[in-house]
Amino acid sequence: MADAKVIPFDDDRSRGAAAQRPQRRRSAGNRRKGDPAAVREVQPLPSGEIPQDDVPVTPEQKPQAAPGEGGGLERRIAGGLAFLRRRLTGEYEVDDFGYDEELTDQVLMSLLRPVYEKYFRVEVKGIENIPSKGGALIVANHSGTLPLDGLMMQVAVHDNHPAGRHLRLLAADLVFVLPVINELARKAGHTLACAEDAERLLERGELVGVMPEGFKGIGKPFSERYKLQRFGRGGFVSTALRAGTPIIPCSIVGAEEIYPMIGNAKTLARLLGFPYFPITPTFPWLGPLGAIPLPTKWTIQFGEPILTDGYPPEAAEDPMLMFNLTDQVREQIQHTLYKLLVQRRSVFF
Amino acid sequence: MGKVVLVTGVARRLGGRFVRRIQRDPEVDRVIAVDAVPPDHHLGAAEFIRADIRQPTIARVLAEHSVDTVVHMDVTGTPLGSGSRATVKETNVIGTMQLLGACQKSPTVKRLVVKSSTNVYGSAPRDPAVFTETTPPKSLPSGGFAKDTVEVEGYVRGFARRRPDVAVCVLRFANILGPMADSPLASYFSLPVLPTVLGYDPRLQFVHEDDVIEVLRIGSHEPQRGTLNSGTFNVAGEGVLLLSQCARRLGRPTVPLLLPAVTWVGSAMRTLGMTDFSPEQIRLLTHGRVVETEQMRETLGYEPKYTTAETFADFVHSRGPGLLPPEALAGAMDRIAALPVLGGGHLPTQSAN
Repeated sequence: MADAKVIPFDDDRSRGAAAQRPQRRRSAGNRRKGDPAAVREVQPLPSGEIPQDDVPVTPEQKPQAAPGEGGGLERRIAGGLAFLRRRLTGEYEVDDFGYDEELTDQVLMSLLRPVYEKYFRVEVKGIENIPSKGGALIVANHSGTLPLDGLMMQVAVHDNHPAGRHLRLLAADLVFVLPVINELARKAGHTLACAEDAERLLERGELVGVMPEGFKGIGKPFSERYKLQRFGRGGFVSTALRAGTPIIPCSIVGAEEIYPMIGNAKTLARLLGFPYFPITPTFPWLGPLGAIPLPTKWTIQFGEPILTDGYPPEAAEDPMLMFNLTDQVREQIQHTLYKLLVQRRSVFF
Repeated sequence: MGKVVLVTGVARRLGGRFVRRIQRDPEVDRVIAVDAVPPDHHLGAAEFIRADIRQPTIARVLAEHSVDTVVHMDVTGTPLGSGSRATVKETNVIGTMQLLGACQKSPTVKRLVVKSSTNVYGSAPRDPAVFTETTPPKSLPSGGFAKDTVEVEGYVRGFARRRPDVAVCVLRFANILGPMADSPLASYFSLPVLPTVLGYDPRLQFVHEDDVIEVLRIGSHEPQRGTLNSGTFNVAGEGVLLLSQCARRLGRPTVPLLLPAVTWVGSAMRTLGMTDFSPEQIRLLTHGRVVETEQMRETLGYEPKYTTAETFADFVHSRGPGLLPPEALAGAMDRIAALPVLGGGHLPTQSAN
């Protein structure tokens, strides 16, 4: 595959180093986002500007780390107790979809963040393409056997966007059939991938994430990695058109290699009611140990928004336009994927 | 000349309350209250007529009193007093058919209001998160009260087609709660320990009894300017509560059980007569159900006085504290927070749910 045999460009190497440095500093400070500097450090920067632009990160983060040891601890405990009190008495709000913002921010995100920051070391590019308010539909490629890419995208948007926007993912119906998973998914703000729910969320001005490849994308064999599958029936385009919200293509590199799927136990899958049953070099041979994903290095790039508000209302009924727009989104994601793969130095670093 | 309103299902508390309320309206001349059994509560100045709506006598009642507005409230999930599920189904379905047949022959009937339920949507994991009035259910309810409501609404639609001159208003109420509620869900919430389905936290929506009465009144009168009161409307309080949230606000501990075990416990409790734990209720407590109420606000022109959370708070207030009253828990948390020395460093966030 092209990814391994890439000739590294000069400017790429220096950028890679710059991107790793703030990463390390961030882990030392044990701080999470919240400052505009965090946004800056993940953007693709022209190599010349890095030293100047990188400097303000340090003074901004240090004063934040200092109170974390003294008075901050008490405040954190007090905050934690207040949180626990609200949870125990049930005095918190959920929206119509069952999204529990407080639980997501305080617990679910904190559980995902170490995976995002330390394990996959996600690098985010083009976060400025996501509007700071109003509805938008983020369309991404889907891969990796388990939908970790969606969760990482959710953390990426929330932690890097200056407005700290929450991504509302559209998930397959299987998610809402499974016990525990459905409960967590609803509380994390996910909902069923259907036109009704997507439109309702977009009309409310929410940021909606969808992976139109669905099971065809996530369950494809390792040999077909980074080859986009068919984008469903393009329903996401007509939904965005009806709501008049921009479509933001998103390319995720790194998720394909977390579980290299070399086989598919179809009979077992049918017995369990799953769309596929993956066989990887480690799973199911090593049991639960084999279910640990490989620690690949990820890049999530948000592309230029494709505006849909210029079309007349009846455009959502025009199949030709739907196919054209779907292809445009798909090609843009595929193109960015190839570009990111060329820039990637190795799967793991 | 004022209106003559006929109300069915008045032996139930909600029906009785509606009868007492509607006779105070100035445009109402007479109220005819109908049920198969005499009510325990008083009905004010209304005339009670003991008639079984499953029998053709109901047509004579309609003709004798030249009724112009029919409010059909005898579509219920639980038997009144001692009755079997078969009787309930017969009253729901055959009763509605007889009543509609009588209405069709009556030249005086101008308005029909039917109390239905959001049960018609069923609840399944593959449904959209929020139902609108036009959402077709992915899996039609296979039995029980939910199927009754689907059938009743089917007959009502047929009636509306055959008598286009009659204004038909179908009100799909979410779970009705209130200080005096006697619905299956209310008796479920009165259990000392709530059995729940492991791994599911359904979204629930409630509507307060006061709002139910008001919406029924709007449906049975002439529409206000700029509103329309014929058609199908979802009626629910604003907002959503999760079952876990309900249990915490009630102060009752939950026992998560595997789905087959819940079904078994449910049938055991039904046999013991503790609560009516029907299959559709288990489905509701597994997958939950939320409906869109924009039509009620925009077209019917009604803004509920109670949100879902306020309805539930009112219900909690009437039930008395459970085993784990939220006030006691809050007090305990406050005492911990006030401790001078804390076992620092621990992050208490993990224990939340």
